[in-house]
Amino acid sequence: MTVLRPATLAAALAARSEHPGALLVAGGTDAMVAINSGRLRAEVTVDLTGVGELASWSRSGSTIRIGSGLTYTRLIAELGDLCPGLAMASRTVGSPQIRNRGTVGGNVATASPAGDALPPLVAAGAVIELASTDGVRRVPIGAFLVGPKRSLLAPNELITAIELPVARGPQQFSKVGPRNAMVIAVCSLAVDVDVASRRVAVAIGSAGPTTLRALEAEAVASAAIDWTTGALGDADLARFAALVAQAARPIDDVRGTAAYRRHALAVLARRSLGWSLEALRRAVA
Amino acid sequence: MASSGTRTLVRGRIGELVLRPDGVPKVTGAFQFASDLSREGMAWGVTVRSPHAHARIAAIDVSEAAALHGVLAVLTHADVPGRKTYGMEHHDQPVLAWDEVRYEGEPVVIVAAVDLETARLAAARVRVHYEELPVVTWDDGIVLRHVPIRHGDQEVSAEVVVSGTYEVGMQDQAFLGPESGLAIPAEDGGIDLHVATQWLHVDQEQVAASTGLTLEQTRLHLAGVGGAFGGREDVSMQIHASLLALRSGRPVKMVYTREESFYGHVHRHPARMRYEHGATRDGRLVYVKADVLLDGGAYASSSPAVVSNAATFAVGPYRVESATIDATVTLTNNPPCGAMRGFGAVQVAFAHEAQMDRLAAALGIDPVDLRIANALTTGDRMITGQLVEGPAPVAELLERLRAMPLPPDTAMLPSDQRDLPGGLANVTHGEGVRRGVGYAIGFKNIGFSEGFDDYATARVRVSLVDGAPRVEVHTAACEVGQGLVTVLAQIARTELEIADVVVLQADTLVGSAGSTSASRQTWMTGGAVRLACEAVRARLHELSPERHVEETAEHHHRPTVPLDPVTGQGDSVVALAFAAHRAVADVDCELGLVRVVEIATSQDVGRIINPIQCEGQIQGGIAQGLGLAVMEEIQLGAGRIRNASFTDYLIPTVLDMPTVRLDILETPHPLAPYGLNGVGEPPTIASTPAVVAALRDASGIALARVPVRPEDLTTSSSSVSSS
Repeated sequence: MTVLRPATLAAALAARSEHPGALLVAGGTDAMVAINSGRLRAEVTVDLTGVGELASWSRSGSTIRIGSGLTYTRLIAELGDLCPGLAMASRTVGSPQIRNRGTVGGNVATASPAGDALPPLVAAGAVIELASTDGVRRVPIGAFLVGPKRSLLAPNELITAIELPVARGPQQFSKVGPRNAMVIAVCSLAVDVDVASRRVAVAIGSAGPTTLRALEAEAVASAAIDWTTGALGDADLARFAALVAQAARPIDDVRGTAAYRRHALAVLARRSLGWSLEALRRAVA
Repeated sequence: MASSGTRTLVRGRIGELVLRPDGVPKVTGAFQFASDLSREGMAWGVTVRSPHAHARIAAIDVSEAAALHGVLAVLTHADVPGRKTYGMEHHDQPVLAWDEVRYEGEPVVIVAAVDLETARLAAARVRVHYEELPVVTWDDGIVLRHVPIRHGDQEVSAEVVVSGTYEVGMQDQAFLGPESGLAIPAEDGGIDLHVATQWLHVDQEQVAASTGLTLEQTRLHLAGVGGAFGGREDVSMQIHASLLALRSGRPVKMVYTREESFYGHVHRHPARMRYEHGATRDGRLVYVKADVLLDGGAYASSSPAVVSNAATFAVGPYRVESATIDATVTLTNNPPCGAMRGFGAVQVAFAHEAQMDRLAAALGIDPVDLRIANALTTGDRMITGQLVEGPAPVAELLERLRAMPLPPDTAMLPSDQRDLPGGLANVTHGEGVRRGVGYAIGFKNIGFSEGFDDYATARVRVSLVDGAPRVEVHTAACEVGQGLVTVLAQIARTELEIADVVVLQADTLVGSAGSTSASRQTWMTGGAVRLACEAVRARLHELSPERHVEETAEHHHRPTVPLDPVTGQGDSVVALAFAAHRAVADVDCELGLVRVVEIATSQDVGRIINPIQCEGQIQGGIAQGLGLAVMEEIQLGAGRIRNASFTDYLIPTVLDMPTVRLDILETPHPLAPYGLNGVGEPPTIASTPAVVAALRDASGIALARVPVRPEDLTTSSSSVSSS
């Protein structure tokens, strides 16, 4: 087994181009488990942890650019105010040790329907920056994630960054699991309230082949909220919750039943939009 | 030894807080677990396992594997020189399967190669042709043992009757150190096997029988054990590594992967139970009828003893005039089940405690009052007819438990999100959360039962080292993390008044200590060390720089007898231990998520030998009981394990485990050395039903199955799934 440790992005892209089938390791929290269990074998591994350019974030106007190698621990510490939904999701990832190693870029690359960072990114309309020796392209995350553990990442590409807007209003992330920490989501939900454009965005995790938007629910809520006061009637909130549950495409599996997932998503939807609007009302008042 | 007239007590005697020698190394990573073992020229062993729960083996082709460069040995059943089966009591389990595989993960071929990677590659090249057979589970298993108990008048009726059906899922021991060991071929043609186990001598017999070596040629040495809980009582890689070492002539190491570990050891028996309790209107138990079915999986393991316990403890620590118990364990194509902390008492405690709550509700009596009114006490007879001779402070434990203060009510929302159901996953800010409180009590036997003489041996030597006396304690008792090494040294210091005590690594060069199970080691091997020390003490005048003093002693508990096969009567148990639990839990009743707020416990330990270890056992046992209550289950589908990983087999984290409020009672047990009693298992028995009682109290749902899943707490009729 060959392990390459590029120190620069250019070297990493060159390595990727030279070994298109190579296993990419960022935090290694998915890859090393698979290797140790014998499920994954790689002739060539490219360790990205030495690429400093990937492990930082920056702000340009109202856009945050998160390097794909930024760990959850740093994201929680440094981006809690600018991207609260993503920070909340990051807090639910694994244990402190996993959060010290695991990266947002790795979560996007793995493209698991249960990826904790994905719902807030999808709700915020994040854009994935992909680079290769041929150049750079930007793909909206909704298009990038195409199925369970399947994405548009080309064999010669790296995820270099994730771009998302600074929060434009209250955000929430909730995750259901039968354990109070270190648990894969049975289902999860991100709510992103964009006060300026008077739009609610919702993304559902772990209840479909990939992270799902609940477009009809979003439309109903966006129309029903009184944006000057932050008020929303109980009936509209209930309708929003029901539409979120309807938008899910859950299955029965070892972690939970489809019926429970739908039920829980409705509860989460009602509560998270409620909390968001409470925050909005406090801000207005 | 010391001839001076003024004796000062040495420190580190029994009753004192002595820190364990392995504590710091385990925290810093310096401790050598069995999986860390290494030798020059060491090869690696890997196991090829059945992918089917039940299949006929039509053909095995190892030629491609054997041809791989670096492969040292590829062995099948044909290469087992001795007995082709193993097993602790019933050797019914093939060392390597030949005609049939009877559970998913059953070993079929073993491979040794110069490194792990090559061994895995070779294993992948073994071709086994299977013809699948029908998978037998629950409903149509073969009866392995049926234990009936007919106690008192069998034609009884009662004024108030409650009945219920209960189910316990398959729990795993979930020890963190996977099965591992290193077999080293010796010059005498034998083997030195370094292994993480619970009982060296029972392993030794089985390794010798299957390798064809003599017992003298089969030397076992305890390697660092990363948890056991019953799951290391059966042989896993011991025979395999020995066979590979003998064949290749090289040291062979085997370490199971985490996934493999779920197939590599037995689990706690899942149970289906039907109960009926009859009582007078004023709350006196008249009769208990119970049908208990345990799924034993594919091979016997210790199932016959587990089902005996399930029957013996089926009604709980209560006095009852009439009992009609039928406990059965069957053979199926599910994973083999055997010993796990609590050993049959856990499953029935979930049912009998749910029944006591149900009966209390039917009678309109406080559930603790009902328990106290029917509490077993010294001088009563168990349903097996055995007289309760030792302490049985059932009523006292319950009174003390009830008197403990409750945690503050959080009518005001907790300030920390981590204190709410779901924790930092941010599912509730208090919405839907209701608090519940539940009580339960349980008991079980200490030591092996039904005529088994599980004696323990200890060799104690005192010698002068640079003029100062040193004690060496040598036993085969397995330290599995519970702290036995600390306790044995404390006993030696107490008996000999010598501070310098070395507890040697356990091995088979001294007589058997019996198993580290049944909460028995401090009693049994501690008792043997005490006897050996007494014998040494009597001869200490012989000690000189040229001459050491050494004595070996065996400690036997009082004899017991098997249960009568028709009536289930007999003095089958050595001694009993009791613990009561009160759980306080917050439940998000809309999402079915749980935060256990506190578990309070009263436990009678006889006498505290080491306070910090005693408390550690109680805390750990409660964590395991909590796990069974709300999350721990090996999920099965047609005999296949669906969650063989710590990603999906969940055990409690520090954010699930609540504060434990401890009340330790010390009622000296007249049969035991120093009046001590077993501590390790009782915390695991009633903690599960106490948590579930709290969840019922909070949710109003009659939860009939553990672990309780979120979906069970969000529907009014909890469904019982079959596998």
